Order: sequence, then C-alpha cells, then structure tokens
Amino acid sequence: MGCEAVKYELVSGFETHIELSTKTKIFCGCTTQFGGDPNTHCCPVCIGLPGTLPVLNREVVRFAIKAGLAVHGKIADIAKMDRKNYCYPDLSKAYQISQLYAPLIIGGYVELSNGRKIRLHHIHIEEDAGKLIHRHGDTYVDYNRGGVPLIEIVSEPDIRSIDEAKEYVERLQQVMRWVGVSDCKMQEGSMRCDVNISVRPEGTEAFGTRTEIKNMNSITNIARAMEYEYDRQVDLIESGGKVVQETLRFDDVTGTTSSMRSKEDAHDYRYFRDPDLVTINVPRDEVEALRAEMPELPADKCRRYIEEYSIPEKDAQLLTKYRRISEYFDEAIDGVKSPKTVSNFIIGQMFRRTETESDKELFAVPTTPAQLNELVKLLDSGKIRNNLAKSTLEKMLDSGKGATDFISESDMGGVDDAALLELCKNAVDSNPKAVEDFKNGKEKAIKALVGNVMKNSRGKADAMAAEAKIKELIG
Amino acid sequence: MGKIAKIHEMLTTGQCSCAELTKSYLKAIESDNGELNAYVCVTGDEAMKTAEAVDKKIAAGETIGLLEGVPMALKDNMSTKGIDTTCCSKILTGYKPIFDATVWELLKEQNAVMLGKTNMDEFAMGSSCENSYFGGAANPVDTNHVAGGSSGGAASAVGGNIAAYGLGSDTGGSIRQPASFCGVVGLKPTYGAVSRYGLIAYASSLDQIGPVTSSVEDAALVFDAISKPDKRDSTCKGSASPTFDKLGSDIKGMKIGIAREYLDGVRDDVKEAVLAAAELYKGMGAEIVYFDLPILKFALPVYYIIACAEASSNLGRYDGIRYGYKTEHYTGTHDMICRTRSEGFGEEVKRRILLGTYVLSAGYYDAYYKKAQDLRGTIIKAFNNAFEQCDVILAPTVPMTAFEKGHATSDPVETYLTDICTVPVNIAGLPGVSVPCGFNQKGMPIGMQLIGKSFDEATILNAAYHYQQAAPDKFKETKWGVKL
Repeated sequence: MGCEAVKYELVSGFETHIELSTKTKIFCGCTTQFGGDPNTHCCPVCIGLPGTLPVLNREVVRFAIKAGLAVHGKIADIAKMDRKNYCYPDLSKAYQISQLYAPLIIGGYVELSNGRKIRLHHIHIEEDAGKLIHRHGDTYVDYNRGGVPLIEIVSEPDIRSIDEAKEYVERLQQVMRWVGVSDCKMQEGSMRCDVNISVRPEGTEAFGTRTEIKNMNSITNIARAMEYEYDRQVDLIESGGKVVQETLRFDDVTGTTSSMRSKEDAHDYRYFRDPDLVTINVPRDEVEALRAEMPELPADKCRRYIEEYSIPEKDAQLLTKYRRISEYFDEAIDGVKSPKTVSNFIIGQMFRRTETESDKELFAVPTTPAQLNELVKLLDSGKIRNNLAKSTLEKMLDSGKGATDFISESDMGGVDDAALLELCKNAVDSNPKAVEDFKNGKEKAIKALVGNVMKNSRGKADAMAAEAKIKELIG
Repeated sequence: MGKIAKIHEMLTTGQCSCAELTKSYLKAIESDNGELNAYVCVTGDEAMKTAEAVDKKIAAGETIGLLEGVPMALKDNMSTKGIDTTCCSKILTGYKPIFDATVWELLKEQNAVMLGKTNMDEFAMGSSCENSYFGGAANPVDTNHVAGGSSGGAASAVGGNIAAYGLGSDTGGSIRQPASFCGVVGLKPTYGAVSRYGLIAYASSLDQIGPVTSSVEDAALVFDAISKPDKRDSTCKGSASPTFDKLGSDIKGMKIGIAREYLDGVRDDVKEAVLAAAELYKGMGAEIVYFDLPILKFALPVYYIIACAEASSNLGRYDGIRYGYKTEHYTGTHDMICRTRSEGFGEEVKRRILLGTYVLSAGYYDAYYKKAQDLRGTIIKAFNNAFEQCDVILAPTVPMTAFEKGHATSDPVETYLTDICTVPVNIAGLPGVSVPCGFNQKGMPIGMQLIGKSFDEATILNAAYHYQQAAPDKFKETKWGVKL
C-alpha cells in the first residue's frame, strides 16, 4: 500500500442577500435609495418606534417572485413572515422581520457553464438592518438602510470549487440584474454573501464540519477567503486536528479568517410568526402573469445564440452578460445574413468603447442598433467591404451618425468587372517596378499592386478578385 | 340616557359651554386624582383648546357630533403626538411620540377633549394596576381596593367620573377586569375591529383597544367611532356595521349560553350575581343554554405562553439608544443595554420577558410555544362549536371582586388566576363586554361578561343594553368627579 496523500474536496453552500430595487421599503413608504444623509430615509415604522406596525409592500412580493422565477424556483401559494430576534443597535426593533417557516420561494437552481446545477434550498424575503458608523471613538447608527427589502437565496451545499463559487455568484448577479430585481452592487452592499465551507477526502460522501464566513462583499474576497479557509481546514485535519463549527469573519488586509463566534455562542433567534403581519396569499394568476412578463433568461438566450446563430460560446456568453447588450444584438441582427458579423462588431469595436463593467451594463453607445444593422446590411450586400465597414463604424461611434453619412453613393456603387479591370490596368501601368519584381519571382510584389487597386477603389474592390485579375494581366 | 348623550345634550342646549364642562373635569381631576391616581399625565391646555374650538362651532350654529367636546382619557400605552406616552414604565420616561395612534387620530377628528393619559400596569402587564411605575390607581368605589388592571386608570377615571369615558386596551382582560372591579362597562372588541397602530404592543396577537364607559350606550358609541379599517394595521378590518343603532332591538328568543367551566372556582357572590342575570334574561324571553367547554382549562397557560413570547420580542427594542430611559453609567454598548433594561423595567415585566424568551428558545419552542399555538386553534374551534348552540355566552368577568391594595404583588401565580375568565376571549379573538351586575357584601362591584361571535359586537352590546335597562339599580354613584 502506498502512502498516497489524501486529496480534499471543497464543499460549499452560499447564503446570498440581495437588496431588491423596489422604490420603497418593505414595510413602510420610505425610499430605498442608497446613501442620503444619515437617518433621512426613515419614518416611525422603519426606526421601530413603539406602537408602529409593519405593512407589507406588495411590490416586494412581486420582485421576489420574479427573482424566484429567474432561478427556476417554485412559488409558494401562501407565505408567512416570522420574527428573527436578536439585539443589535442597528436593528431598531430588536428583531428582523424575515421568513423561516413558510418562505415565498422553494427550491430552484443556478446552472453553471460546466453543466452542474447548484440547487437552491429556498429564497425568502426580509428587511435589511441599519448601519453602525464608528467615528471619533463614538458609534452612531444610520437607519436609512433599515427596512430596505432583501431576498436571501439559500443554496444547497453543491459548490465544489472556488471557480464554481465565483461563477455561482456571477450567475446570480447576472440573472437578478437581467430580470431587473436588483442592481447587485457588491461594493454598495446590495449583494452580500455568507459562505459555508467544509472539506472532505475526495470520493467520500459524508460532509465535514463547516464554518461560515460572514458578509463577503466582493467576488475577489470570496475567492481569497475560500482559498484561505480551504487550506486552513485541510492543514488542520492533516495535522490531526478537528474543524470547529464556527462563524468567521474575513480580514481583507491580511487575507485571513478569524473567529466571530463559536457554535456554543451561536445566536438563538427565537423565530416565531410575526403577529403583526397577515398571511401572504400568492394567487396563481399573479404568478402566471409575472411569468409571462419574464424576459428570455440569459442562459436560454446564450444557448440560442450558439445554436441558431452559430455564435461561438465565449462570444455568446459576452453578449448575454448584460441584458442591454443582448437586446442591442437582437435588434441589430434583424434581417442580416450573418449575426456573427454583428456580434464581432459589438464585442470588438463597441466593447473597446465600453471598458468598465458598468459601462457594459449600461451599453450606452452612440450608435443605435438600427444604425449598426444598416451598416452590416451594406456589408452583406457586397456594397462595401469589411475594411470600409470597420472604419465607418469607428466614425459612427465617434459621431452617432449613420453609415450613409460616411459612405458616398460612389463608394457603394460597387466595383463591377469592367471597373475592376480598369483599376487593375491602372495599377499595372503605374507600378512597373512591382510588375518587374513579380515577374522575377517575387510573389509578394503582387500585394503592392492589389494595394493600389484597393486604395483607388477606396477599399470597396474585392481584393481576391483584383489579385486574380492582375495575375491575368501580367502573367 | 348614556353619559355621552347627556353631555351632548348639555352642550347643544346651552346648559354649559364645552370650556366650562372641561374646566369642571379638570378641577375634579385636580381634587380627586391625588387619591384615585387614575391619571399619570393631565393635558389641561390641549383640552381647553379643543373645548374652545367646540364652543366656537356651537356658537356658529354648526352641528356637532355626539363625541364632540366630550372630555375623555386615553390609556398611557396609546401614542399621542408630543404628549408623554410611557406605558407607565420607567424605561419610557420622557418619551413623546412623533405621531398619533389611529384611535386618537379618529377621536381627535371628532374634537374629543382629551383630559390626559391614564394609569396602567407597566406595559399592560398586571391585574391590579399596581405594576405601574407611578403607583397603582385606586378603586373609586373604595380606595383601599385596587382599580384592577391593566387599564386600572381608565376604569378608575370613568368610575370616579373624572373622565366621561376612556380608552383601554385588553390583552388578557385588561379592559374588562378593571371595568368589573370599578363597576363600569368595558368592551374588548373582536381582534381586528380596532386599529392597533400607535398602541404600544404588549402581545400583538391578543392586544385590542376598546372603550371603558359608564353605560352600554356609550360603549357602543365609542366603539363605532374607533372601529374603522386602517391601512397602517394589516390585521385591522374595522367593524362589520354600527352597533349603536341596534341597541334595544328585541332579544326574545336570543340563546344565551353558559359554559359550566366558567363558573368553576368562581366565588359564590359572583356566581350568584351572574346566575341572577341569567334569570333576568330568561324573564325577557331569552333562552338559557348550558354546555361544557372543557378546553377552557388550557386557556390560562396558553395565554401566558403566547403573551409572554410576543412580549419578549416586542419589548426588545427598549435599549436606551433612541428614546426613553438610558442608564447613566456604563461601559460599552452591551453594558449600556443591559443596565438600561435592568433599571428601566419593573419586576413583572422582567418576569414575562424571561418567561417569553424561555418558551421561544431552541429546544423549548415545540414543547411550549408551538403547543400553545396548537391549543389556541383548538380553543377557537371550541368557541365556534359553542356558538352553534347559542348567540352569546354569559360568564363572570372575574371570579372575584376587587382585592385590597398590596394583595396582588404577594403571589404572581394567584394573580394570574384572576384572568381565568377573561383570557379565553383574547385567545379566540372574540368580542367580550363586561357589565356591572351587582355588589358583594362589602359593596364592591361584580361584573358579568357577555361574549359574542367574531365581529358581532352588536349582539353582545344589545344584550348588555337590555340588561342595563332592566337592572338600573346595578349602578352606584361615587363621591368623586363631576356631577352632571
């Protein structure tokens, strides 16, 4: 028997909090806008003054249903709100109104590019807490965020690698933005993850003891924290130790995790049904109406681009990363011969002008899809050549003008055989040196002659045809 | 004629101005509240302002509503904008809400003249009013006795006529029990008939605001005024229809049920008074139906588990950070919260927070809270079945009469037992009205309770009205307050 080193498999499940972008808070009429002077987006209800009562914002239910449909979840017929009791200064009522016993959405999954489906346990709605601000040795509370609606997406422990974890978060971000329920800005806290992680020897079934890393606010940090935690747990086991179930925080300066509280100190949230709120009835026709309004989801669209338009998978992924890009593409390909050409223009020249992710998400390029469509159709019809199309698109993107503002009638006249012959003759006559070189076996010399034809035809001649014609003339 | 109708007549016929009336109430408060301790806060200036506005309307020949200009009082757990609302707890000392409770908004619109805020057991937890941070309210019939609780101040003020009527809140009997002790009428409406918005919660699934009055007519009038749907309270539907108009409709053939269990352990004088009332009803053509409601024996534990569980959550917010009392010396946030709560809450409140925290905690939830919720469902069903046999249920309000001061604090469990006849109604969410039905040998009032179907306040108030019409000697003028 060899003394082969045991390989450890990572097992992870995510609890992802996403702020819903409804206009008003979940239990009162206050704005959900991010920022604002401290405690200016508040009312007696969301600061939990004695005697106030929550009233559910029905829009939150609709947004959560859309989120649920976006990840193939089952929408419950009835849902209930529960109180999660814990005492912290940013929680004005000393309980968070959440869902435990009867969440709004059951099950669902997120499909990764490797084909694996990360199953979801459920999605529930709840209110966000306020924020503590530490300044000059004092602590202040800002309740602006208190009562902002959240969904918590709880996955099964189906994630098996850090890459899968990253993609899982990206997919959630993509699809939640796509259906318009959240902007999922991790840096602003509108998307936050708690990462549960354990390890087990490869090939074994039983789960190891897990730890939970709280409140991760960037994909980079998620990867760093998971890497650290995986190594820590493996080292611990290898050295004969045992992983202790505990809640951890990640320090992004040192790149390490440290204990927040152990299992023994875990909160007892004393969940119970919130008596101030009535049962949420979810009529089937409401769900079906929302389902009918749902846009084609990015994964479906991506698959369709690959299958119907022969777009390479990598490109299809890029086109479907943000909904606006895909919609731009959908409009621009109307009636064109090769959607791939449109895709190339978007991913090439247009992406160069939308450098950041947020630029791409907005995709506010000066050229309209109709203008791009017109340009590609000129190309399709052979009226212009690729080079001219490219340079024209640059000018269009600079100015917001259409293709015909830069391509004259004569440019589009095409180069018929007679004209091509004329151009070639001209090239041969005016470049005796190149002709001579070619005749002496310098194959490359023909390029100069073709170049001359292209130049004089302002790029619209067919280079291949020109080369053939020139060879005919001098050969 | 009820007191409200009488005052209305006085105002509209020019027997007195609203300012004069209000002044005489304020004067009576000044002379009597020292002994009754019914009010913990008197709002004389605001009262006079409203009174003058009402007088102007009358002078201008405008018609005024029945509740307009009538001097009244609110229990201190109902939020009043800019006016101290403390729940008679140290922890809320100095707290002035920035909004009005819906009930007060509704009455304010009708120019009700608020004289002040009335005494109560701290956070409505108690049966004697002695758990008040400001000391208990006295029983106007005999001030050596307690007014009852938790709405003791309201019952004391109405019984002593230093308010024409009051609003109380009832979680396990807190309107009906003090009404019974003080010889006045107290209505606990159906859960969801009156908005709880602005009522500082004790136990949210049980709390309900209702009137404390000197007559059934007044109770109906006030109930009709406050039982409106409220967008700010999702559990509030308002009342089905006005009740005042239906007072006096025939009760011949009405089936009045008596559940034997309600009479178990009830003191003889109380039992006799209630059974005498049944006889009176029989004489009016009503039919008396006896039945068993064995599930009632679980009502008290179910009540204390649910009420304490909800209270432990509702009272978590008092941490000294945003409003109310805050400890002076502390190190760090955790210490500040601990000290604030240790110093700010009274013994009974702490006891119930601890009980409630316990029954909800991991490992005990199923054995206590969940079981209590299941039993709650069973009790609701049992009442539904009972109402297939009768239209109203007649029962004692309290198994005894008002006890002497200081008695309640000696044994909390014994004190909890005084709620045995009142809590089932809260558990089932039903309406119940307590009406005076006699006196014991010492002259202390006895109360009977009429329990109705959900949202059927009209029937119990009508039955209570018929009783009051037939038994006018069951009321006693006290030496206190304004003589109208």
